[in-house]
Amino acid sequence: MTQVTAPFEILIGPTHAALKEPVMFKFKIEGEKVVDVDYQPGVNHRGIEYLGMKRNPLQVLHLAERICGICSAIHQFCYTMAVERAAGIEASERGNYIKVIVQELERIHSHILWAGVAAHEVGFDTVLHLTWKVRENLLDVQEALSGNRVNYSMYTIGGVRRDITPKLEKMLRKSLNYYKEIYPMLEDIFLNNPTFKMRFRNVGILTRENAIKYSAVGPTVRGTGLKIDVRVSWPHAAYGDLDFHAITPEDAGFKPIGDVYDKTVVRLLEIKQSIDLIEQCLDNMPKGPITSEPKLAVLLNKLTKAEGEGLARSEAPRGEDIHYVRLEKGNPNLAAWKVRAPTYGNLHPLATMLMGCEIADIPIVVASIDPCIGCMDRVEILELEKKKRKIVTAEELHRLSVAKTRRLVR
Amino acid sequence: MSIETILLAVFGTILVTIFGIVFGLIYKGIDRKLVARLQSRIGPPIIQPFYDLQKLRIKENIVPHNAVPWLFHFAPILSLTTSILLLLYIPIGGKKPILDGYGDIILVLYLLALPSLGLILGGFASSSPYASVGAQREMVMMMSYEFPLAVVVSAIAWRLTKAEPSLHVFSLSTLAEHSLWDIVGPLGAVGFLMLFIAIMAVVPANLVKIPFDAPEAETEIAGGLIVEYSGTNLAMFYLADAVRTVAVGSLVIALFIPHNLSSFLGIDMGFTVMDINIFNFILDFLFYLLKLFLVIFVGVTVVRAATARLKIAQITSFYWLPTTLMALGGLALLVIDYSF
Repeated sequence: MTQVTAPFEILIGPTHAALKEPVMFKFKIEGEKVVDVDYQPGVNHRGIEYLGMKRNPLQVLHLAERICGICSAIHQFCYTMAVERAAGIEASERGNYIKVIVQELERIHSHILWAGVAAHEVGFDTVLHLTWKVRENLLDVQEALSGNRVNYSMYTIGGVRRDITPKLEKMLRKSLNYYKEIYPMLEDIFLNNPTFKMRFRNVGILTRENAIKYSAVGPTVRGTGLKIDVRVSWPHAAYGDLDFHAITPEDAGFKPIGDVYDKTVVRLLEIKQSIDLIEQCLDNMPKGPITSEPKLAVLLNKLTKAEGEGLARSEAPRGEDIHYVRLEKGNPNLAAWKVRAPTYGNLHPLATMLMGCEIADIPIVVASIDPCIGCMDRVEILELEKKKRKIVTAEELHRLSVAKTRRLVR
Repeated sequence: MSIETILLAVFGTILVTIFGIVFGLIYKGIDRKLVARLQSRIGPPIIQPFYDLQKLRIKENIVPHNAVPWLFHFAPILSLTTSILLLLYIPIGGKKPILDGYGDIILVLYLLALPSLGLILGGFASSSPYASVGAQREMVMMMSYEFPLAVVVSAIAWRLTKAEPSLHVFSLSTLAEHSLWDIVGPLGAVGFLMLFIAIMAVVPANLVKIPFDAPEAETEIAGGLIVEYSGTNLAMFYLADAVRTVAVGSLVIALFIPHNLSSFLGIDMGFTVMDINIFNFILDFLFYLLKLFLVIFVGVTVVRAATARLKIAQITSFYWLPTTLMALGGLALLVIDYSF
């Protein structure tokens, strides 16, 4: 038996009870304290962009949705916007409003789901079951609205595929009122429960400097008090018509320090904000067609003839999501498709958040960025002859990335 | 020692072991069902722990490559046997313990630490980093809750010495026969209640239940102490946990709520076997089961449904400050009540 001395190495991952998706964390531990962090993504790479480049834009619609299991609509949303911009298609106005409604519904259910996961990570399973129970109401509405509980398939290029009828609107408003009713309870549980406070306060602190330096996104960066929200800074779809602002913990009267508690505050307030946004959309919804081009064959023909590139971004529940699409004349398939999921921006700040925390804090700190590894993993480098994963240096990675970008852009 | 006493002890030990295992598992099932209902889930059937045990029994018993095999196999046995041994020293169902006179409450305090020690040994022997972290946490937690527990027990024994100087007050059967509630004045009753709260705060940590389950912490260290255990070995830890729940619950009952229904009602009917009135025995036993249920419900079920898991540093400060102060305050009130 070999003698092992401190600092010990502890591995969290690739599969571990603390992680909902495979990713590898290596910690150096002294007692209970983390002295060094290393992470190795790439164990959940699915090559979904490559698959997309073998299909036509309308088929990719459904593939884009399957990038993420929870914030699925956001990828379709960004993708449709990118294709619209690449092909010069104007989206229908009513479609834009419905797009925003579906997007905000998804944000509510994603944040409630996150709240349950966070509770589970600190061992408070009662709250996990409670939050997931109240989430069901929304999923039922989503099913009535789109036909599906999670992968809605609501978006299409130029608009949406299903209208919100007066009957559905009534149902939607009823559900929103239900969430308004239970919201004070959720806020009370997460912000005032003493055991939650003990586990969330002063844990996993992300400083403003690190947030900017490592380009954190979403509630992770807003938790530090920085007002960064793509919906506000880059108004798209119907967001430009709506009255709202980027949420920071200051809205709840807290001085932000960037710990897990602040991120929880931001997410909770965003649930309330999303309810308000949906109501604004329902109140101001313009009449008209839900999509600018309902005939799929015509649309596909138009897309095949189109030439150009489009970049679109939007605020996913986890942060900024970016899709880049290039179309070539005469090529029925996508010439290029690139996705930058929010977790990609949040993994580097995560390492700084984990530094110096205790082993007991690891699960909740990792969960605090709401990681979605399936969305994020974009590359895995293998040495085929050795049948091994290869770890490349920063310089090498940069060289490879430049070469790949050149190849895509030509 | 006559052959009759030995036979009685052997027979009694077998009975108590069966009782501890069967009711430990039933209470485990009830606890799981009630937690599920508190979390608005349906929950498993009450006899689910028996199914679990049956399944664990037929599973492969894996020993990690780096483990110390004899210690790895010895730890669960130590844990289970000491849990059962503990039960032999604690009054059950209003009757004297089987090994009455061979050990007192101080011995019980030490025995209480042994099942945890088994877990710690097993954790270190499995040579997994998760298990090592869990074992360290368990040691720290034991050091944290031992002091308030010792204060509670010695406070009760001290007060009883003053009330009944002639008795062997550290004997558990003496403690169980004399309820301090009847002896102390109003101020002392408040102090006694504070001691009761202190010991109820120690119960979940002793049984490694949320919020004090840092040594096992599923989401942090994936089961901690028992991460490498499987099959029969894990089944033994599972049983030890069930038996220990009954033992700790019975200890709380013996110290704080030793009252019996039969003496209270004063019914004298039914027939007698070996100086034991069967009707009264059944009545007392059922009452004891009810008390045990209440102690487990309040000390384990409700607490674990209503809290998040604490970090080990937070656990230590919880026991060293509020709980110890609560126990010392109870002791002080008992002293004041006696002196004035």
